Amino acid sequence: MVDPKPTLDINTELARGILVDFLATEIRRAGFEHAVLGLSGGLDSTLACYLTAEALGPENVLAVRMPYSTSAPESMEHAGMVIQATGVKELTVPITDLVDPLLARFPEADAVRRGNMMARARMIVLYDQSAAFRGLVVGTGNKTEILLGYTTLYGDSASALNPLGDLYKTQVRLLARAIGVPEAILAKAPSADLWKGQTDEGELGFTYAEVDRLLLLLVDGRYSPEACVEAGFDESFVRAVVERIRRNQYKRAQPLIAKLSNRTVGYDFLYLRDWGT
Amino acid sequence: MTHLTIALAQINTRLGDVQANLAKHLELIDEAGRRGADLVVFPELSLTGYVLQDLTPTVAHRAESQDPVFQPLLQASQSIDILIGFVEGDVRHRFYIAAAYLSHGQVLHVHRKVYLPTYGLFDEGRFFAWGDQVRAFDTRFGRFGVLICEDFWHASPPYLLWLDGADVFLFISASPGRGLNQEDRLESARWVEQINQAYASLFTAFVAHTNRVGFEDGLNFWGGATVFDPNGVCLAQGPYHEEALTLADLDLAQLNRTRTRLPLLRDERTALVERELGRILSRAAKSEG
Repeated sequence: MVDPKPTLDINTELARGILVDFLATEIRRAGFEHAVLGLSGGLDSTLACYLTAEALGPENVLAVRMPYSTSAPESMEHAGMVIQATGVKELTVPITDLVDPLLARFPEADAVRRGNMMARARMIVLYDQSAAFRGLVVGTGNKTEILLGYTTLYGDSASALNPLGDLYKTQVRLLARAIGVPEAILAKAPSADLWKGQTDEGELGFTYAEVDRLLLLLVDGRYSPEACVEAGFDESFVRAVVERIRRNQYKRAQPLIAKLSNRTVGYDFLYLRDWGT
Repeated sequence: MTHLTIALAQINTRLGDVQANLAKHLELIDEAGRRGADLVVFPELSLTGYVLQDLTPTVAHRAESQDPVFQPLLQASQSIDILIGFVEGDVRHRFYIAAAYLSHGQVLHVHRKVYLPTYGLFDEGRFFAWGDQVRAFDTRFGRFGVLICEDFWHASPPYLLWLDGADVFLFISASPGRGLNQEDRLESARWVEQINQAYASLFTAFVAHTNRVGFEDGLNFWGGATVFDPNGVCLAQGPYHEEALTLADLDLAQLNRTRTRLPLLRDERTALVERELGRILSRAAKSEG
């Protein structure tokens, strides 16, 4: 019998097969043989790197390490472990020299602005390497952070295609473990690594384990917020998450286009990206 | 004919490229013939791809001998029967999700999808016109019925085909894979297999299903063609998520044996259905008025 309640548990072999096939198919039909991705040494980019290496062959994947001067040294080490384990090509491009002039111009920039500058500097490097290496940029954002908007628009959210966008963080962890990601990467607390001691869960104010169970009911299970409270979630937590999802819809959408003509991109000019392929 | 060897082609397609898809059809028709198949069945919209949106009017054809796409298919049908999925454009410029059964150079039947899912990830009603007929038809192997994906998520089209004499049901899909959990297959695969098996059991008939594979943007199609016999036994199953040509031998005499054991068709109370349906619908009409 299948449990009728939605579950975060996944068949990792099935997921791996679909995602590897997705990457290989969609990159090649766009006319590319290569892929580029930013490798932070965290769980998401590590899993994306393993999947992309399997999809295209490691020699066709460029993993780019982009440390900032305050990045934890262990991030570089963990990324190095992934590069070694997968056999992908690698490049290290520190972003300190890109970011610091802007920071010097705006010394009052708070942590959010600083973090966004770094994320967008990394995007610039990745898209430049996309052209240099003739590879598509593979995204590494998971479903939890997409729904919560815990991402920098046109920064870490920028990619050509994203194999992880429909997996909650908890599921990313399950798949990463099954695929053989090093224990040191699985064990550490998720972090954007923008300052010392920063963790995602500290910043968000809740754990991925908690919020993933709630998101699963709200989004996949189509439970109302009230039904989630009845299912045992704290009411203020449910309200905060629901509001956060709503407030961040703009990060999941294309820029608004003001309709004037009879046929407008996005409204009634409708084609898949795979058009003709 | 007491045996029918059916070949279920679960193929990937190029979105909007009818010529490329036609070439693949002709190759697989040839392969199915060489492997001894009497009939080869392609998925929904096999000539065009699925999420067509604004490509719809540019890929439309008509199942007739002058049509440049149907001409080679009809020719190929001289030696093997063929069921293909396509976009049919009618003379009034309406577009249908359709399936054509070709045999001995003739178009024996065209089915236009009668249920167009327009909810969730589906948007068919926005681009296509609704078919308005459910008809069984005679082939050299007996009387068949064809339905397309959402058609068989409603119980009435298979039921009507059953009463209209269909003993072999050919179901074709472009079913996007979804519902990843701890099971060894996606939920969408489990749902479709369950209802196919249920129809075979309830109608004591053969039910063959084939489904797309490949990707369209982020959508995957899961393949997994199946044939169930009149006892609800799975005779053959294609792999998930990869192209395949799956052959199954249908012993049509099984219809006789199963229906002797289990005379559900004989005992079906069609007059009762008609009477009660009339009452229910007239009451519904009154309460709406």
